[in-house]
Amino acid sequence: MIAEIGHFALILAFLTAIVQGSLPMIGAHRGNAAWMALARPASVAQLLFIVVAFAALMYGFVVSDFSIKNVADNSNSAMPMLYKVSSTWGSHEGSLVLWVLILALFGAIVAVSGGNLPPSLRTRVLGVQAWIAVGFLSFSLLTSNPFLRLDPAPLDGRSLNPLLQDPGMAYHPPFLYVGYVGFSMAFSFAVAALIEGRVDAAWARWVRPWTLAAWSFLTLGIGMGSWWAYYELGWGGFWFWDPVENSSFMPWLAGTALLHSAIVCEKRNTLKSWTILLAIVTFSLSLLGTFLVRSGVLTSVHAFATDPARGAFILGFLILVIGGSLTLYAIRAPLLKGGGLFAPISREGALVLNNLLLTTACATVFLGTLYPLFLDALGGGKVSVGPPFFNATFGPLMVPVIAIAAIGPLLPWKRADLAGAIGRLKLALVVALAVSFLAWYLTTGSVPSWAPIGMGLAAWLFIGSLVEFAERIKLFRMSALKSWNRARHLPRSAYGMTMAHCGVALVLAGIIGSQAWQVETIRVMAPGDSVEMAGYEFAFRGVRQLKGPNYNIDRGEFVVTRGGVPVTRLFPEKRFYTVQKTLTTEAAIHTTWIADLYVAIDESRAAAGEGDGSWSIRIYYNPLVPWIWLGAVIMMLGGLVSLSDRRLRVGAPRRAKSRAPEIPSPQPA
Amino acid sequence: MKLKRKHRRLVFVVAGMTSLLIAAGLVLNAFEDNLVFFYSPSDLAEKTVPEGRRFRLGGLVEEGSVKRLADGLTVEFIVTDLVATVPVTYRGPLPDLFREGQGVVTEGKMDAGGLFVADNVLAKHDENYMPPEVAEALRAAGQWQGETDPQ
Repeated sequence: MIAEIGHFALILAFLTAIVQGSLPMIGAHRGNAAWMALARPASVAQLLFIVVAFAALMYGFVVSDFSIKNVADNSNSAMPMLYKVSSTWGSHEGSLVLWVLILALFGAIVAVSGGNLPPSLRTRVLGVQAWIAVGFLSFSLLTSNPFLRLDPAPLDGRSLNPLLQDPGMAYHPPFLYVGYVGFSMAFSFAVAALIEGRVDAAWARWVRPWTLAAWSFLTLGIGMGSWWAYYELGWGGFWFWDPVENSSFMPWLAGTALLHSAIVCEKRNTLKSWTILLAIVTFSLSLLGTFLVRSGVLTSVHAFATDPARGAFILGFLILVIGGSLTLYAIRAPLLKGGGLFAPISREGALVLNNLLLTTACATVFLGTLYPLFLDALGGGKVSVGPPFFNATFGPLMVPVIAIAAIGPLLPWKRADLAGAIGRLKLALVVALAVSFLAWYLTTGSVPSWAPIGMGLAAWLFIGSLVEFAERIKLFRMSALKSWNRARHLPRSAYGMTMAHCGVALVLAGIIGSQAWQVETIRVMAPGDSVEMAGYEFAFRGVRQLKGPNYNIDRGEFVVTRGGVPVTRLFPEKRFYTVQKTLTTEAAIHTTWIADLYVAIDESRAAAGEGDGSWSIRIYYNPLVPWIWLGAVIMMLGGLVSLSDRRLRVGAPRRAKSRAPEIPSPQPA
Repeated sequence: MKLKRKHRRLVFVVAGMTSLLIAAGLVLNAFEDNLVFFYSPSDLAEKTVPEGRRFRLGGLVEEGSVKRLADGLTVEFIVTDLVATVPVTYRGPLPDLFREGQGVVTEGKMDAGGLFVADNVLAKHDENYMPPEVAEALRAAGQWQGETDPQ
């Protein structure tokens, strides 16, 4: 019964979205206030219906109602409650409901709190949101109904994919989706502005918080995904340039560019059509990511089903959204006149360069990800594009991005003095050179030449960001008290930027450190054996059999010492999930925050006739790896701090009455 | 810097073109070296792959073919598409779902003696999973009757 209520609520949400997407839009076109007013209650109603649907589905998982096909396919009565709950979005069908839930939530926030938006803009934003919801809801209802019943109901469910039964995976999709769907707000604002035919600084101010929020959550979502890959896949790596990873990374790159161009749009009232285009591209990439992941075109843990109907549906939707919005852009963008002028060497110039490089980098990732699909579709054979390709293309493009990220904030708007800015970065330059030299000097073995340079670059950005912040509060040039006062009155967005840029520097250092200086040992160890590595001694104490809630455990024990002093004990596991008959690896990690000690057990040698309890073991020493996630978290916090900026919180000022006549009003036709 | 509006725009156009050109150069250069083709054992029986070229080999792990060498880390097995076979040697950790009779994709190079030296055996995530390349290779070899991809 509950499931039928959920299904019915989903249908009602679909119908509400159709109403919300049509009548108010017509009202906005004709200037009919009553019809426009419909958009706000409609989006709240839509949210309520989807909340009911989502709650009904989650209820089915919580009480293990295996008469619901989705529950039977993805849950099991022996699973811990956390994973029963997270199975709600662990399946393809459920993840779609989560997607529309977040979409409706954002729409309702605009409806409720968007009182200072001009009514026509708000109505159109909600209208565009409604059409996205119509697309996803019809996809859900027509091809992926989460409430399908099974008759007869099985006694127990088939369980969630064991790899996903992990805290990291339980929270990763919601964060990722908040990111993806957040960009839909930027998209809706962009399309609404194109329909209205006007974009100004106030518009950018409405778009920025959504972009910031989306970007922050996407950063966290990607970080969690890579953290999960790091400890769950047991390979010591954290990023594989896997198409699924790339499909979340591309919207992130475009979104980062959007974040920066929206600043120019807001502060200088220029780069308008470019910002609109980026908003469209960013959301299109989010949709493309969904398409790649959900349609089964790609093969990975994320590809839930290879149902051709679904693939065709998403592809059609994708063409409609991207084609439609780009067509609208082509027609309307020329109406958006450019704003203020600026010299190439200026804050705007640096941000434009940042945009150019980020979008180019995004394009190379796009090419590498989709080339195998195109080639296969054209009958050119099956190929794969691996990490070497991305390292060779994406890596070099990031070098100028990082270099400029330290300089740009020191440049004033409009026109700047490059030599002066670099002069103020003397300290950063000295530290960067010192770090490069130290990295090269302290390395005993062979190391790729880019590694010391990269470490220097990370130091350059980190110190450069701090220098910029110190300059703002005139640290050491005034009394400490005065500096403190200045610091207190700095806008939060200034803190946010410094944090985010420092976070990028940490991530960069972590990536380079782990790639260049990782130490790896693979060997067979019997209980009592020990191995020395990177100054640590790992003593193997053997493997014990234990039982988890829905899996059996082989748990190894390692005692780690350094110069005879105990450091830690590590317990890597091999888990055998009894329902799906699947093995998973749980690496054991000890972090010193400078490096990770990483141990995984592979397989017992008993099968090979060695009955002494020996196992094949992998031990990694991963320098600086923890900084990757530390940096990602700092980046996200930077985004949130910036989001809490008073100017954004209070809301954008009303549009200036005396707007330039350069922007034509929407034609009534 | 005093530049006319037209010239300023030109600076950005040039910067944009430059960054695209650099990217295109990087991409072409990287494609040259890093495109990894997929072959089935039957493909390899028909055509020769340049020695030293990395590629992916996929098929089924032949039943009873998996041998572990005395060092405990090197594994030898045979990849088959039920028409042709290729022997493979691999040193390192096997994915959790590596099993005899199951689909597998390996990446590496062919040595002079016709032995495929893999440095990567791809981790697959589901016991019932069949890599689509493998499914297609089996279908091409006439060994797969299924209408859809085996799942």
